[in-house]
Amino acid sequence: MATFKFELVSPERILFSGEVVSVIVPSVEGEMTILAGHAPLVAVLKPGIVMLQTDANNGKEFYVSGGIAEVNAESLTILAEQARFIEDVNLSVLDQEIVTAETRLAGSQDEAEQKRLAEQLVQLREFRGVFEDRKAA
Amino acid sequence: MPSLKDLRNRIASVKATQKITKAMQMVAAAKLRRAQMAAEAARPYAERMEKVLANLAGGISGDSAPRLISGTGSDKVHLLVVFTAERGLCGAFNSSIARLARDKAQALKAEGKTVKILCVGKKGYDALKRLFENDIIQVVDLREFKQVGFANAEAITQNILTRFAAGEFDVATIFFSKFKSVISQIPTAQRIIPAEIPAGTATTEAVYDYEPEEGEILETLLPRNLTVQVLRALLENAASEQGARMSAMDSATRNAGEMIKKQTQIYNRSRQAMITKELIEIISGAEAL
Repeated sequence: MATFKFELVSPERILFSGEVVSVIVPSVEGEMTILAGHAPLVAVLKPGIVMLQTDANNGKEFYVSGGIAEVNAESLTILAEQARFIEDVNLSVLDQEIVTAETRLAGSQDEAEQKRLAEQLVQLREFRGVFEDRKAA
Repeated sequence: MPSLKDLRNRIASVKATQKITKAMQMVAAAKLRRAQMAAEAARPYAERMEKVLANLAGGISGDSAPRLISGTGSDKVHLLVVFTAERGLCGAFNSSIARLARDKAQALKAEGKTVKILCVGKKGYDALKRLFENDIIQVVDLREFKQVGFANAEAITQNILTRFAAGEFDVATIFFSKFKSVISQIPTAQRIIPAEIPAGTATTEAVYDYEPEEGEILETLLPRNLTVQVLRALLENAASEQGARMSAMDSATRNAGEMIKKQTQIYNRSRQAMITKELIEIISGAEAL
């Protein structure tokens, strides 16, 4: 199968770098799967799970709290605000993030900023629900 | 001529100091390794961010450009964000950053511009408060943060952006020390508002699809880029501080060693002189009998 280079970078470190077959990316306008040869694209991400396949049977999952994805001719780069291995994520981590977002929304004065934070908060809460269901299943 | 007891005390005190500087050097070396790793780990993100931003900004021009790129259209009020350490005893680290900021502030003032200073780290404030007491608008304390992370950078960026939105300044520059090696740290000034887009890196070869709109992406990306720059300044600074402290403490330890050697020599010499003198006294006393 055709592969392409994928990098998941957070401000603190590089979480993944290597050849992959496909990556599912949580864009603000819906999840999408990137395969080799995808058209160049820049997309903003919402909190969610990045799911990648290194071959037909092996995959990895990461949690990102937002960021951007850039696809160009030969590679996909995700610049995440925060990224973790899915094993390191639990409900208390998500709750913590929701609380942080809430306090920031309360402290913000800028209107555009408020709108953005409110949106982020909705997305975070949504993802928390999804994550809960996933755990239960 | 100091008495033997004086000399002994002096040697003991230098030895105690040497122990302290030695310990500080080792602590700095251990911390340096971590700080250096953090600084290096943050580089790829900043580099990629710069690339994406250059690509995006290349496609946007004229009036549609956000104010973070185009600026406010004037350059009357400058904000200088000075990153320094919270502690001293690290060689010329703090003072070289402060000096760079001071020169810049004076040059701007000579041109009739208004200068505002935001100090991140106590030492910068200490160094600048004598000259620019009235220009310093805030001091951000770094002491509570054990390990600087994205959240700290975000808080500082938020602070800067709020001021920018309120129209408190037109141009912002950050001052920090770039970590080159243990013995070399370069104090650096970098303009962050309006953003400096590296020229020549913008490639037009690929036409990107944008999701959502180009302008919207830029709007979320620019503040984040600012955070990344601030984070980079913080991390580079942390590594530089430890590097500077390590080499400063290394030479302090060496100097203390030399001092001990010298003092011990003086001590031994005067001890021997005293013994010789006593012997002469005894012998000449015996001869006189």
